[in-house]
Amino acid sequence: MIERNVMDKFTINDLNLYYGDFHALKSVNLHLPAKEITAFIGPSGCGKSTLLKTLNRMNDLVEGCKITGQVMLDGGDIYAPKTDVNLLRRNVGMVFQKPNPFPMSIFDNVAYGPRTHGIRSKLELEEIVEKSLRDAAIWDELKDRLKKSALGLSGGQQQRLCIARALAVDPEVLLMDEATSALDPISTSKIEDLVLELKEKYTIIMVTHNMQQALRISDNTAFFLLGEVIEYDKTDKLFSVPSNKKTEDYITGRFG
Amino acid sequence: MNNSFKEKAMQLVFLLAACASIIAVILICVFMFGNGIPAMSKIGIVNFLTGTLWEPFADVYGILPMIVGSIYVTVGAIIIGVPVGIFCAAYMARFCGPLQYKVLKPAIDLLAGIPSIVYGFFGLVVIVPIMKDIFGTSGKGILTASIMLGIMILPTIITVSESAIRAVPESYYEGSLALGATHERSVFATLIPAAKSGITAAVILGVGRAIGETLAVSMIIGNQAIMPDSILSGARTMTTNIVLEMGYATGIHRQALIATGVVLFAFILIINLLFTLIKERSARNE
Repeated sequence: MIERNVMDKFTINDLNLYYGDFHALKSVNLHLPAKEITAFIGPSGCGKSTLLKTLNRMNDLVEGCKITGQVMLDGGDIYAPKTDVNLLRRNVGMVFQKPNPFPMSIFDNVAYGPRTHGIRSKLELEEIVEKSLRDAAIWDELKDRLKKSALGLSGGQQQRLCIARALAVDPEVLLMDEATSALDPISTSKIEDLVLELKEKYTIIMVTHNMQQALRISDNTAFFLLGEVIEYDKTDKLFSVPSNKKTEDYITGRFG
Repeated sequence: MNNSFKEKAMQLVFLLAACASIIAVILICVFMFGNGIPAMSKIGIVNFLTGTLWEPFADVYGILPMIVGSIYVTVGAIIIGVPVGIFCAAYMARFCGPLQYKVLKPAIDLLAGIPSIVYGFFGLVVIVPIMKDIFGTSGKGILTASIMLGIMILPTIITVSESAIRAVPESYYEGSLALGATHERSVFATLIPAAKSGITAAVILGVGRAIGETLAVSMIIGNQAIMPDSILSGARTMTTNIVLEMGYATGIHRQALIATGVVLFAFILIINLLFTLIKERSARNE
């Protein structure tokens, strides 16, 4: 068990989500501690990505998506009618499964967020871009080619650029939706190292298909099956002495 | 045996069909250049292209006023038609509901299908009187023609831009939203720049349409073969120059008109070349 704590970043109470008639998330209760890495694992279609997307309301884009229950961020319900969704997404950044840099220069990619939020001064933008790229551990590789198109980078570099782009708006939470699944092992390990460094400043919630990855870098793990949270615990506890038979079957590779 | 013969026969049919269009282009080139080049050399290519006087009765053939006229109305049409067209395309691709789309889409298709002569009448009975009231001129002139051509190129620009905007990967849009950008900003700062090459292609196609339009323009531009001194003054384009005088022209006059067509042809060629280049460049970027 993970104790509830007033410092929890997200508290999810009795969350149900429907895509049309399909009941995708069933009565989910979770509390995600601040400045830790929480991993969501489970077989395809278990709802882990769906839950991740409720945390920055990207599910709003899906037609026929209906939600009941509560998702609290720092004590405020993000599904309350008065919520400013754009502000929420600024505070809760997201890195996607497939790297999606914009078809513009590396500099403009990172500066996109700050510019969106009203920063016009060139000097200030340059500072933010450098800091974000440094935080994403890619500054040294890219500093001489900031004016070049981001589409010319390798997949791993693109993904780290996307992380830098997300960091540039100064979020508190970083959601990572299988952010390494499209990358080679070397790029993956670079991003894992990066994520471990980032947790000092950010709350990180990641969806992963790779159980070794969850074991290597996460503090807490939630195991999903058919839209339900089967087990949620400290990562080392969940992987060594799972309390649920289904969890044990999954992590030992009996299905999934 | 029988099947392979059929296949071969069909292949031949397809080949002939493909050749037909190529042969047509070649024949047009041969006819145009064969009749136009001699006239140009007789008049003198420099005199022909840069002469500001067009006086067939005195055997003076300078088509600079017509080249300038064509460029003016085309640029005018682009200034008027492109912003409207791109905003309309953005609205159709990303803002309007299915109901508005169901009205807009057929309306724009219809706009594309209206014959030039109808546009010409529209210009003559609607735009010309308005211009007359506002500016106190005859109402016919470059601005009037530009407005009408701006409307005429809308369907081309809207249709091509809309599909270009729709072709932008959804991941760019989501990436922008995930950074806290509004829907509007995501469309105008991410999707439209990403659709840049397609939109440029749309503009070039619009230019081609505007520069080649004849009948509607001839009804409302005034048709004076003089260098225009303002956007309100009457002018003549290359196309209208040909259509106005071809009926009675003979000898060198007739050849000079065909040579005007050669110059127009060169313009269209350049536009098509640009279009191909941009298409190739965008294909390489993907």
